[in-house]
Amino acid sequence: MIKSLLNTLGFTSPPFDGGITPNMCKWTEGSSIKTCPLPPVLIVPLKQHIGQPCTPLVKIGDLVLRGQKIAKAEGYLSAPVHAPTSGKVIKIEEHAIPHPSGMGMVSIFIEPDGKDQRDMLLDPMTNWLQRDPAELRERVRMCGIVGLGGAAFPTFIKLLKDQRHPIETVILNGIECEPFLTNDHRLMVENSATILHGLHIVMHMLGAKKAIIAIEDNKIDAVQAMRENVDLLGDDLIRVEVLPTRYPQGSEKQLIESLTGKQVPAGKLPMHIGVLCQNIGTVKAIDDAVMLGHAITERVITVSGDAVPNPANMLVRLGTSMRFIYAQCGLEKFDNIQILHGGPMMGERLRHPDIPVIKSSTGLLAISDARMKVAHQVEEPCIRCGHCSEVCPVNLVPNLLADHCRNDQLERAANYDLFDCIECGACSYVCPSHIPLVHYFRYGKGQTAQMRREQSFAEVSRLRSEGRDARLQREKDEKAAKRRKLRATLRSESVLNTANEEKTATQPKTEVND
Amino acid sequence: MSAMGEFAVILLSAVLVNNYVLTKFLGICPFLGVSGKTETAIGMSFAVMFVMTLASTASWLVQRYILIPLDLLYLQTIFFILIIATLVQFIEMMIHKVSPVLYQGLGIYLPLITTNCAVLGVALLNVQQENTFITSALYGFGAALGFALVLVLFSGLRERMEGAPIPDAFKGSAVSLITAGMMSLAFLGFSGLVKV
Amino acid sequence: MEQLLYAILSLGTFAFIAGITLAIASKAFHIEGDPLADKIDALLPQTQCGQCGYPGCRPYADAVAKLEVNVNHCVPGGERTMLSIADLMGVEPKALDEEESVPVVAFVREDECIGCTLCIKACPVDAIIGAPKQYHTVVADQCTGCVLCLEPCPVDCIDMIQKPELLEHWSWPLPETHRAQLGAERRESHHD
Repeated sequence: MIKSLLNTLGFTSPPFDGGITPNMCKWTEGSSIKTCPLPPVLIVPLKQHIGQPCTPLVKIGDLVLRGQKIAKAEGYLSAPVHAPTSGKVIKIEEHAIPHPSGMGMVSIFIEPDGKDQRDMLLDPMTNWLQRDPAELRERVRMCGIVGLGGAAFPTFIKLLKDQRHPIETVILNGIECEPFLTNDHRLMVENSATILHGLHIVMHMLGAKKAIIAIEDNKIDAVQAMRENVDLLGDDLIRVEVLPTRYPQGSEKQLIESLTGKQVPAGKLPMHIGVLCQNIGTVKAIDDAVMLGHAITERVITVSGDAVPNPANMLVRLGTSMRFIYAQCGLEKFDNIQILHGGPMMGERLRHPDIPVIKSSTGLLAISDARMKVAHQVEEPCIRCGHCSEVCPVNLVPNLLADHCRNDQLERAANYDLFDCIECGACSYVCPSHIPLVHYFRYGKGQTAQMRREQSFAEVSRLRSEGRDARLQREKDEKAAKRRKLRATLRSESVLNTANEEKTATQPKTEVND
Repeated sequence: MSAMGEFAVILLSAVLVNNYVLTKFLGICPFLGVSGKTETAIGMSFAVMFVMTLASTASWLVQRYILIPLDLLYLQTIFFILIIATLVQFIEMMIHKVSPVLYQGLGIYLPLITTNCAVLGVALLNVQQENTFITSALYGFGAALGFALVLVLFSGLRERMEGAPIPDAFKGSAVSLITAGMMSLAFLGFSGLVKV
Repeated sequence: MEQLLYAILSLGTFAFIAGITLAIASKAFHIEGDPLADKIDALLPQTQCGQCGYPGCRPYADAVAKLEVNVNHCVPGGERTMLSIADLMGVEPKALDEEESVPVVAFVREDECIGCTLCIKACPVDAIIGAPKQYHTVVADQCTGCVLCLEPCPVDCIDMIQKPELLEHWSWPLPETHRAQLGAERRESHHD
């Protein structure tokens, strides 16, 4: 209590190591969520999450309903994909997805029929308090819910009630520390009751004793809305914590450090210290799945940036083309404009706007080239100022790491904990020499992964080759043994034969070929 | 001064103040030769530590019980080199057995410990300074520790320099020597640390 | 005279003792096989392609460990393998024999295959399946792209096709800045 008071008054030190306070540009924090109309065609990629891509369950020409499962999850780490509206499947082919490579992914194209009929296959579970957590978890899995904060990790995996790692505290992540993005903010203001209800469901599923709703101090109206609802319920298990604005506080491990003072060890998950983080949007989706039986078919995204005439928060169907959404906000021409998918710090730059929105889309930014400055094109030598190390939230030495990555010294980079980097971009942001540090880390991580893949492939090939050699040797040995045996029998036969010949010289000889 | 204090002073002076590489400029050859990678530098450090400590004690014994009684001081160098060569051969076989990669990494510099002037230098200085058995062992160990310290530090620097944008003219040994010179200047700062 | 005798005797005795010690040590530290070759073998891509002039990866590793050949003969391993072996051995990197090629896998045009099983026998990693008089096919995931199956095929129905690029295997390229390019050039200058 005192801590939160001090925090709001700004008396305490920064809540976690490092971090930056960029210009937040939350231009859309006051504009309420608008519903985006249905586009002429919806393009639904078969992979909108971390993990295995899905396999389609529909054929061209099939009629689908909104919320109907159109692709099934493959393997454990996966989430099914649902039709975002009712209509007809017109084609299934590769289409560009929001990915930095610009590569495509097989997608299902749906032409809406305008009726927007729902698939009522899943019953509402209004009596969720009496239901088994495993049953609720299965519901979350079936509804295709993934982390809507941008990582898109399948949510049901995190919601496992594990005896070895009981979850004490559920943290509801309403930090939204990326500049420009306000979708979680608006959700908290407009849907606070639903979110709180969803939080109760999550707590029930995990058997958690308390929950913290963490919000940064630049969203006071959201804090008020959530506090009012918590007070309304008279619930003392849930508390709303206000944290000073700091990037990257919304990152799971940094948020936990800010709230509890505990650090999640490298290579471990928050659940190993009894904590679980959920995003605002995810919790709302869980509530919809349990209370209404709705699979995830839409999400709120922020459309902003200086090139967008009317920035807004929009409730869009998954699969809506970005060009369509930008057009809703008045942006039609894309000359001298950079399009970003996600926030400006961690989002990826897209080459064109003909790409559908997926579950992990938090924001769509359009920023003019002039404002972007294209600063990182002129990389200058490192002057060893050490700013990057100061702001690194995971205490790495970015300038050294970047040197190693640039020179392909991958093992050395791994020794300097390259893989603990969360790619928050704080180091690139402060670098006075405009070194694209995070880009180097991504390069280094990719190359290391590639190298490890090659090594494991080489290992498999070696085993196969050795197996083949052993088999050939064995076959040779067997053949030799057989030949020896044959020869031995022949010899004894010929001995017998000669003996026989001696007895009956008229008997014909048996001819044997070796 | 108490015995412990004296030992500490000897160790400190051998490691920092009279560092063999950076202030006496002995053993520069392996210092530049095997400082390319930290792992090999550490391996080399241990090898030198082993050889130097044993060589300084063995040479003290030889000096005291063979050379002086038999009045054979003119054979000093031959005897000392014989001791060092034996030890080096021994450690070479050991490293080949224990860590073949390190053996490969050290390459020619491993047998060359024999001609590492720092090793012979320690043995001769021990005799010259008329150290006792314990102090000469300590002096040998301290000198080796100093060698190890600068070798590992230098290899760390060189690892970083590998990725640094160095002007073409200075690439390779040129910049290594410049760095070694600057390290030497830095180590000069230790002079006067120990007052005897 | 006495002095001389002492000198010879003491030095001789001392040298003798040292010699004996070393002889014992060499027995104690005797090593079997070549552990270095194992390490080199682990770095090789295990295509068993024979492009290095040795019958497989292991024989090449043995030869490199004995310093019989240079480190630059592994074609499929490319620059990275060469550099890591050079690093392990502590020798100067050398330019590769041939240009690095894109990763490929073998593909059997099934309608032309006559089912002779010759390619199956040639495959060093048993990645081709099929029976006599049946179509053969290459298990693409296990093919090392060694091209050893091309030669024996009597009807030339095997193609080497580029490995499909997977979204999951995509990795970020180096940033397109001047200094990043410098870094890449420096790496390439290892060859000269």
